[in-house]
Amino acid sequence: MMKIQLKNIQFSYDHGSNALEDVSLEVKKRELVSIVGPNGSGKSTLLKCINRILKPRRGSILVNGKEVWKFQLKELARILGYVPQVSNHFLSSCVFDTVLLGRRPYINWRLNKRDEDVVLNLLKLMNLEGLMLRQFNELSGGEQQKVIIARALAQEPQILLIDEPTSNLDLKHQIEILTLILSAIKEKGLSAIMAIHDLSLAARFSDRIVLLKEGRIYTEGEPNKVLTKKNLKEVYGVEVDINYDSGIPHIIPLFSVEAS
Amino acid sequence: MYMFGLNVKKIIFMVIAAILLIFLAIWATAQGVVSLSLRDVFNIILSKIFPFVKFEIPRLPQIIVWNLRLPRVLLAIIAGAGLALAGTVMQAIMRNPLVSPFTIGTSSAAGFGASVAIVLGVGIAGTGKYLIIGNAFFFAMLSVLLVYGIARIRGVSAETLILAGIVVMYFFSALTSLLQYLATKEQLKGVVHWLFGNLALARWENLSIIFMMFLLSFLLTMKYAWDFNALAAGDEVAISLGVNIRQVRLISLVLATLITATIVCFTGIIGFVCLVAPHITRMLVGNDHRFLLPGSCLVGAILLLVADTIGRTIIQPVEIPIGIITSFIGVPMFLYLLLTKKKKYWQ
Repeated sequence: MMKIQLKNIQFSYDHGSNALEDVSLEVKKRELVSIVGPNGSGKSTLLKCINRILKPRRGSILVNGKEVWKFQLKELARILGYVPQVSNHFLSSCVFDTVLLGRRPYINWRLNKRDEDVVLNLLKLMNLEGLMLRQFNELSGGEQQKVIIARALAQEPQILLIDEPTSNLDLKHQIEILTLILSAIKEKGLSAIMAIHDLSLAARFSDRIVLLKEGRIYTEGEPNKVLTKKNLKEVYGVEVDINYDSGIPHIIPLFSVEAS
Repeated sequence: MYMFGLNVKKIIFMVIAAILLIFLAIWATAQGVVSLSLRDVFNIILSKIFPFVKFEIPRLPQIIVWNLRLPRVLLAIIAGAGLALAGTVMQAIMRNPLVSPFTIGTSSAAGFGASVAIVLGVGIAGTGKYLIIGNAFFFAMLSVLLVYGIARIRGVSAETLILAGIVVMYFFSALTSLLQYLATKEQLKGVVHWLFGNLALARWENLSIIFMMFLLSFLLTMKYAWDFNALAAGDEVAISLGVNIRQVRLISLVLATLITATIVCFTGIIGFVCLVAPHITRMLVGNDHRFLLPGSCLVGAILLLVADTIGRTIIQPVEIPIGIITSFIGVPMFLYLLLTKKKKYWQ
């Protein structure tokens, strides 16, 4: 069953050319689809359109077969969990309270036992128990990333939208975070769309990869098919070498050329 | 429950603050040119609330307590709580620690409205003794229309609201300065006196209006406590958590202005408490608005009550304007917490 279907999405910011043009995409249950592409190719914009942060000019976005703009906001928030790029919060709160915020779509005002249980289980699952009372803004980048993933999972979503989860992390945290995300997807039967810069990591963790160029889908498919020397040269303007030793394409950038 | 354990400190803080406030209220009522004992004050209040309770108390202290001091003490409490509430709400929806009804023009618009009534003797709302009050209220509410209207041109966000607010604030300040320049000596004295702020207009009938407005804004903004928490994590996160950010911003902005306008039109401009009370409370109970909103109200009430009592008794019978004393008490309190607390509560 298709969890998300995008049909011919077109979006443009107030001024200027189209940030997204004729983007169509389908994501199934238990599937992790990565969106890759150069800066400004529309990765984050696409996630924000799905999440109703931005409204496309044209096209339709169906979640479980229903147009996203026809959902109640709270109803949608119980289906879509959003993991934004890490940034400090204006008002810091402790880790427990930050994750608890993910229960917002379920609570009117008072919390119940279940809200508490969900949060505690997630903190345990993600090894955040020891940090429970620390202020969010005082955590390291990797810890902050874990906390906002936990917040999105506290929404008990069916679909995760993840924006650049590894951009500020060291090697160990990159792997830890992506493994966490992947196991959540496979165990809980979620679907996920993830914008990511690192091509080798995308290849290692994704079921499918969508390559964006200037707001359009250049190509999509299995990592092996999408991440080829030719495609990367055309889209990024970089000559690369690709190492298949581990069975997963590993991209080694060589030098910059003019993108076509 | 685990969560209760996490929040038990915050609840204890609020209970202590509430008890302290009640004690301070009785203490403050006893202070003044005619000094009364705490027991007398307590007995008088008790006998007024429960008519069947009879104490042998002379008539004069009864009048002093019930008609003069108690309304003023209650006004200080409600005004402090209301202004602190307005400040907390505005800081939350504009995601900025420096925002208050002062910085976004509510107070300066009220000041302009009062000045028009004092200097030109004309007004849009109210007649007679209510001319100044009606005019101040009208312009304060007009300011929020202007702020929101200007912000809408580029899309309502935390940043556009703040910038629009600052523009409106300077606009009304300039207009007030112009009126002051044109005013006679007597009128100028009236304007300056109003702008300093004072609680001398405390009457039971005014109090009930302010109290109703406070109750309304408090209950409605408390409903948004979770949404304010979500806004602190950013607009995009708030949207994805199911918060209708546009609606929350508009309604809370109007409510915060409404309570500010209602208070300020009776008291004149009392600044600082709306800026500093939320921060003091943040440092003591944290940023969860379920606790921060009521906590700020308590801290604001205590701050303003102490300031007013000192202001009217320190060199009696001369009164020092409440705005000045509020700053003298608030600044060291704020500095102490800022320098001794390690945790970072805002960016």
